[in-house]
Amino acid sequence: MKLTPIITATAVAVALAAGTAAAQAQTLRTFNGGEPASLDPHRVSGDWENRIVGDYIEGLMTEDENAEPILGQAESYVISEDGLTYTFTIRGDAVWSDGTPVTAQDFDFAFRRLLDPATAADYAYLQYPILNAEAINGGTMEMDELGVRVIDDKTIEFTLERPTPYFIDALTHYTAYPVPRHVLEEFGDAWIQPANIVGNGPYNIVEWIPNSYIRAVRSDTYYDAANVAIAEVYYYSMDDITAALQRYRAGEFDILTDFPTDQYQLLLDQYPGQAHVAPFLGLYYYVIQHNMDGLNQVEVRTAMSMAINRDVIGPQILGTGELPAYGWVPPGTANYDYEGYEPDWVALPYEERVAQAVAMMEAAGYSASNRLTLELKYNTNDNHRRIAVAIAAMWEPLHIDVELVNAEVAVHYDQLQNNDFAGVGRAGWLMDYNDAINMLELLRSDIIYNYGRWNNPEFDQLVRDSANITDMDARSELLRAAEVIAMEDVAAFPIYYYVSKNVVSPRVQGFNDNAKDIHRTRWLTLTE
Amino acid sequence: MLQYAIRRILGALPIAFITITVCFIIMRAAPGGPFDGERPLPPVVLANVRAYYHLDKSLIEQYFIYVGGVLRGDFGPSMSSYDHSVSELLAIGLPYTLTLGFSAFVIATFIGIVAGMVAAVNQNRWPDYLLVLVVMIGVIIPNFLMASILQLVFGVYLQWLPAGGWRAGEITSLVLPVTVLAWPHAARISRLMRGSMIEVLGTNYIRTARSKGIGQRLILARHAIKPALIPVVSYLGPGLSYLLTGSLVVEQVFGLPGIGRYFINAALNRDYGLVLGTTILYVILILILNLIVDMIYAWLDPKVRYR
Repeated sequence: MKLTPIITATAVAVALAAGTAAAQAQTLRTFNGGEPASLDPHRVSGDWENRIVGDYIEGLMTEDENAEPILGQAESYVISEDGLTYTFTIRGDAVWSDGTPVTAQDFDFAFRRLLDPATAADYAYLQYPILNAEAINGGTMEMDELGVRVIDDKTIEFTLERPTPYFIDALTHYTAYPVPRHVLEEFGDAWIQPANIVGNGPYNIVEWIPNSYIRAVRSDTYYDAANVAIAEVYYYSMDDITAALQRYRAGEFDILTDFPTDQYQLLLDQYPGQAHVAPFLGLYYYVIQHNMDGLNQVEVRTAMSMAINRDVIGPQILGTGELPAYGWVPPGTANYDYEGYEPDWVALPYEERVAQAVAMMEAAGYSASNRLTLELKYNTNDNHRRIAVAIAAMWEPLHIDVELVNAEVAVHYDQLQNNDFAGVGRAGWLMDYNDAINMLELLRSDIIYNYGRWNNPEFDQLVRDSANITDMDARSELLRAAEVIAMEDVAAFPIYYYVSKNVVSPRVQGFNDNAKDIHRTRWLTLTE
Repeated sequence: MLQYAIRRILGALPIAFITITVCFIIMRAAPGGPFDGERPLPPVVLANVRAYYHLDKSLIEQYFIYVGGVLRGDFGPSMSSYDHSVSELLAIGLPYTLTLGFSAFVIATFIGIVAGMVAAVNQNRWPDYLLVLVVMIGVIIPNFLMASILQLVFGVYLQWLPAGGWRAGEITSLVLPVTVLAWPHAARISRLMRGSMIEVLGTNYIRTARSKGIGQRLILARHAIKPALIPVVSYLGPGLSYLLTGSLVVEQVFGLPGIGRYFINAALNRDYGLVLGTTILYVILILILNLIVDMIYAWLDPKVRYR
């Protein structure tokens, strides 16, 4: 174990950090959640990593202050008539932080690296709309077949499998970021060390103390540097969000990217206007074991869904006002002209719903003496437990006995994936890109995320058909039809739509709540 | 004495080896793997990732790859951190954990011994009662609560001290974490010291010394402290390893970059490499510390001989 040089390096880094207190006026201190597994855009998978990586690398497209896609490293693009070919022109003044120009070859190199099976990128599948990307990533096709082509140093062309309305949005994602080819070729995997790292975004990474913080400073070589207000950013990692809130209250953080729900009232009372709770593209739901007697009957599933009083979960059990979910696609999802789906029974008073549900269960043969027994599995977490206890109680009058089973997250998802649960199981999904298909695909019969093994050929066909349609309205209609089928058949129990939870100090300006919960530091300013 | 030390170190090697093996087996036997999470990986990607970490090989092969690495000083890759190897993570975090642990250890030991002596000499008078009260607070309040209370009072309300973080060179950022860590330790030492001091002060040879007219201070300094320290010293070894491994909560609450958190988090994440690395490091530390304590013990107590 080579101890000494690293300790020295740490000591130097720590000593350097001491000099920054004076510059605090232009320093943003963000509590960023967990420790990043990596800063390499092809190896990251979490929103906490995205916040850092998206500040130091920029793709062809990037996010504006409301997280809508805008031009980033590209100055323009052209989409072919058939929607299959996208040609991007890269800005003339796009350069890496070491002064090397950003070229089409850098992007080409990055997409090949992302899709190379050897890279083992978690989120490679987000770029599967690109021609042959899936086959190449699966190791069944040569890299040369990839639908990415360099036309000249500043022009790059993408050919898609099929017209994909969300491709522009997908290009804002970190899987579509370029990597500095010249630095990777020199340092290999060590390119990501603060001593070697080079980016093309508004900030440069200068320091990384694992489990403490990452520090970045404004890049002079960024094309829009003149309009980037904040000079320095600290991204603090801490596991304990209650402690993080204490540090916010002590004035040590400017932004918290999460807060403990039981402290929401305190924030409202003592720090009015600082807690930002906003709808977020994600769904909290229970999967259903469709291979189990009882649960394989749609009447039973409908009755159970009717008996879940979703109106109390957000405001009372969680306390942060999560929106009740009756449909599968969160409201505000792009390329989807519909609001959240609601079945007819939503309009009924809750007591009446329960009465109807009991009648349905009794019609299905269940009674006080013949009760349905099932497991409710969830991963160990206070909020999951509270919701599970509440829902078990709501099902009690339906002649259902619920056994609560909890396991730590790794075990829980292992069991769900193996369809190893006799009842229902908790799951959640945060959308990877802003399109309804990202939610609906979870219920396709041939996908591993379909934990409950719900199988509906009509649904599968609609989802498949939607992939080949260029008319956006018709596509939206097809997807809605698929959602209605899934919800009428109660493929799973949607519980609530997620909200994003941030705490933002009054000294931070320009923090606009949005459904993607992306707030690039570039758009923020600090006032004293 | 040197011979004894060498023999002890050689004896520790099989213990370390057994620890690695048992830990390796237990980790693999635990259900779930490092890549089971909120969002499962597509099978193709999962296969790629597993190959990257040799998880597609047989257990025996994986074991020999790992042990081979450890013998060369390489603890292998961490599954939750691509950019830092296990060795790097431990090397970066260890100085923080050691600084925290040893500061707390030195302070707690000193305060505990002095407080215990004061209480023993003033048995059943107000300094004794005051000590019992303070000690009880340290023992009763669990450290996560104590940490939050101190953070709230001194960080949020009074704003005298930083509520967290490790500001380089600033001793103030160490005050709260060290206090939380040291308090229960000091409390236990002071109780041990008080009890053993009272016992020593009642022995015949102290009475003899008193009857010869030797002053109280000299009796304490020359005759009482050394024998009274024996039970304290035998507690110091386990006590120190408790401080080093028990820094988890303190590191989490105060956001310090130590290695204590790896003990729990890495195990929960099934980060095989990091769990094993942390365990080996702690095993080595504890074996060394126990050896040192045994040597001090022998110096204090003439009845103990190295064999």
